[in-house]
Amino acid sequence: MHLAYPAVLAVLLFCTGLYGVLARRNAILVLMSVELMLNAVNLNLVAFDVWLRDTLHAGQALTLFIIAIAAAEIGIGLAIVLLVYRNRGTSDVDKLTDLAEKPAATAAAEPDTGEQKAEAAA
Amino acid sequence: MTTTTTAVLVPLLPFLGAVAGLLLGGGPRAAHRPAGGPRSPLSSPGLVRPLAVLPTVTAAVLAIVVAARQGGGEAVHAATRLADTGSIPIDLALHIDGFAALVAVLVGVVASCVQIYSTGYLRDDPRYASYAAFVSLFTSAMLLVVYTDDLIVLLVGWEVMGICSYFLVGHYWETAAARSASLKAFLVTKLGDVPFLIGIFALATDAGTFRISEIHDALTSPGSGFQLDHPTLIALLLLAGVAGKSAQFPLHTWLPDAMAGPTPVSALIHAATMVAAGVYFIARLLPVFTASAAALVVLAVIAAVTMVGSALAALAQDDIKRVLAYSTIGQLGYMTGALAVGDRGAAVFHLISHGAFKALLFLAAGVIIHAAGTNSLAAMTRMGGIAKKAPDAFWTLTIGLLALAALPPFSGFFSKEAVLGAAEHTALGHEAGVPEAVGWTVLVAGLATAALTAGYAARLWLLTGPPGRAGKAALPEATATVPDPAHPAHIPAVMNVVLWVLAAPALAAGLLFTVLPDWFDGRSLDPTPVTSLLGTGLALAGALVTYAAWRRTTARAAVPMGAVAAHPHAEPAASEAEAIATHDQVYGDIAAARDPADPGRLLLGPLHRHAAAGFHLDAAYHALFVRPVRAAAQLVRFLDREVVETYVRGAGTAPRWLGLAVRRAQTGNVQTYLSALLAGSLVLAVAAVLVAAGA
Repeated sequence: MHLAYPAVLAVLLFCTGLYGVLARRNAILVLMSVELMLNAVNLNLVAFDVWLRDTLHAGQALTLFIIAIAAAEIGIGLAIVLLVYRNRGTSDVDKLTDLAEKPAATAAAEPDTGEQKAEAAA
Repeated sequence: MTTTTTAVLVPLLPFLGAVAGLLLGGGPRAAHRPAGGPRSPLSSPGLVRPLAVLPTVTAAVLAIVVAARQGGGEAVHAATRLADTGSIPIDLALHIDGFAALVAVLVGVVASCVQIYSTGYLRDDPRYASYAAFVSLFTSAMLLVVYTDDLIVLLVGWEVMGICSYFLVGHYWETAAARSASLKAFLVTKLGDVPFLIGIFALATDAGTFRISEIHDALTSPGSGFQLDHPTLIALLLLAGVAGKSAQFPLHTWLPDAMAGPTPVSALIHAATMVAAGVYFIARLLPVFTASAAALVVLAVIAAVTMVGSALAALAQDDIKRVLAYSTIGQLGYMTGALAVGDRGAAVFHLISHGAFKALLFLAAGVIIHAAGTNSLAAMTRMGGIAKKAPDAFWTLTIGLLALAALPPFSGFFSKEAVLGAAEHTALGHEAGVPEAVGWTVLVAGLATAALTAGYAARLWLLTGPPGRAGKAALPEATATVPDPAHPAHIPAVMNVVLWVLAAPALAAGLLFTVLPDWFDGRSLDPTPVTSLLGTGLALAGALVTYAAWRRTTARAAVPMGAVAAHPHAEPAASEAEAIATHDQVYGDIAAARDPADPGRLLLGPLHRHAAAGFHLDAAYHALFVRPVRAAAQLVRFLDREVVETYVRGAGTAPRWLGLAVRRAQTGNVQTYLSALLAGSLVLAVAAVLVAAGA
């Protein structure tokens, strides 16, 4: 089998995963897209391992390694998503923006700290 | 002790006294210190007075010993290398000839008198410790200037005097007049010191040495043929510094204002130290000045303008101390005049006799201000009876004024005649290398000033209130505390003793004219008949004209005016400080009073207004220098606030705006970040590929 087929398939899988990561809103679907990307990489590793006729089969070993890592990652990821959902009632990535800097919010916060300081001084 | 060791101790002792006084004085004395106020751990108030008086008195005694050992003979030399500068070395050198020995005696004696007088005058002053320390430091600096042979070391003493005068004139810093006067004294003398410094360097470059005696010998020894490359330039540069320190015409304006300091300080600055330094300096380096006829002409013109102008201004002053201040300027004019005609012996003779009688005049004026409770002559003439309240001060003041007016048996007569005789000698063309015009200028101005000097001396005496006129005029109603004649002001005995001690040289120092030529250059200081007759005649005429004017105006003294703030039992300085602080409010002017009974007003006529203001020189300086400087300061302020600070503020504002823009990008949406990351890595990858392909 020509190397182009698995390589093209891997590219398609990777791009699908990438699209999912960047565009999906649901956190679970984002995690699934990450899996797609990982598997695209796995496919590449196996294909090139065969094509290069590697006697040590480093590509296959690395694939097994990645599968194990992916299992662990998805376990932790789903647990986080579950907790976020319990806390906030949503697993929508768009709405989880607590890390954003909000100029209006900080401006409003400053007088508060000033008042606190004044109270502390009093 | 060898003469050299003794001579080294003379400036050193007051210096150590000053250091010890500053260390041990330790802030205000217990009675004046607020509870829990700061106090130096070393402070021991009991030691302050001994520390002030003893080193100065010892230095005076040692200066007399040095003078006795030196005896006007061969100059005492000693030198040690202070700094090897690479070109012209700086030496810590002594050079004591007759001039140095006698001037040091004058400085020591007057400074001792001032210190002793101050213990009474400022006896309750909370800042007495620092005051006494600065007086000691001042004395030490002057003695250094007198004894040193090195121009750079001389400059050190010269500048230390400048800073001490700043502190001492500003002793009553609670009053605005004293604050501005101290700043003015400092700045004006510094204005002269900058060219002075350049002049010293130029002189040393031309002469190849900083040693005064070497420069003097090289210029005067007939065989050497040594000449300065730029005599006029050097002489004029040095002259600027001398004019600043010795209060000569363009730079004299600091001296009348310096009257805002305590009276003993005025006596010290005006009689023996600061103002004498300039004259003494020229006397030491006279060959440098005689090398340039132009410099001598400038010196003579300065002396003439100073003499006549200050004598006219003295006639119009109301503050007793300002009269004396202008008279100091005028007498210094005589000294520079004597130097201009090339006779340094006469100049230093007048310096010594003037130092004694001017110290006496100031110290007596201090007692009189305390007894009268005012420094205004207008108020004193209405009060009368000064002769009864403070008889010692009044009679010693009379002796001092007679010496100032240069009437025959007193010291001022002989020294002034020495100056006028030297001027006549030059005017008749007997002095080689000095233009005759210089002699005539000094002679004519000197004779005119002799008449004016006697005039203002007589006015001062008549207005102070001679005996027999006590209580004639009504006391002003604006009086704060009327001094009770039954309880005359308490005058500490030390002050009266000092006055009589100083009265002795004012009476008799003139007789030194027979001895002094041996100490100086050997030129005769005897009065010549023509100038003696002319000078004395003019002085008598001036005094008589003033007396006649006073007889005409004295009836108008019925107009009450003036304010008196007497504290008969407080320390004498208290009355003076209040008088200085209130003169401006009461009379509308720091210098003059609208007194119709003033004979000076009648004598000067329309000139009086201008003379009272010192011929508006201060106003001219204000327009010429103060206002441009203020405008320049405004410009600098504008440039600083509006231009420089804009950049500084911009450096803060620009990152803030940038930060705002960057903050916009922080949406908190992880997917956006990832998209940006992907786009960035794509761009980088494409760029890397392109670079690789291109390479």
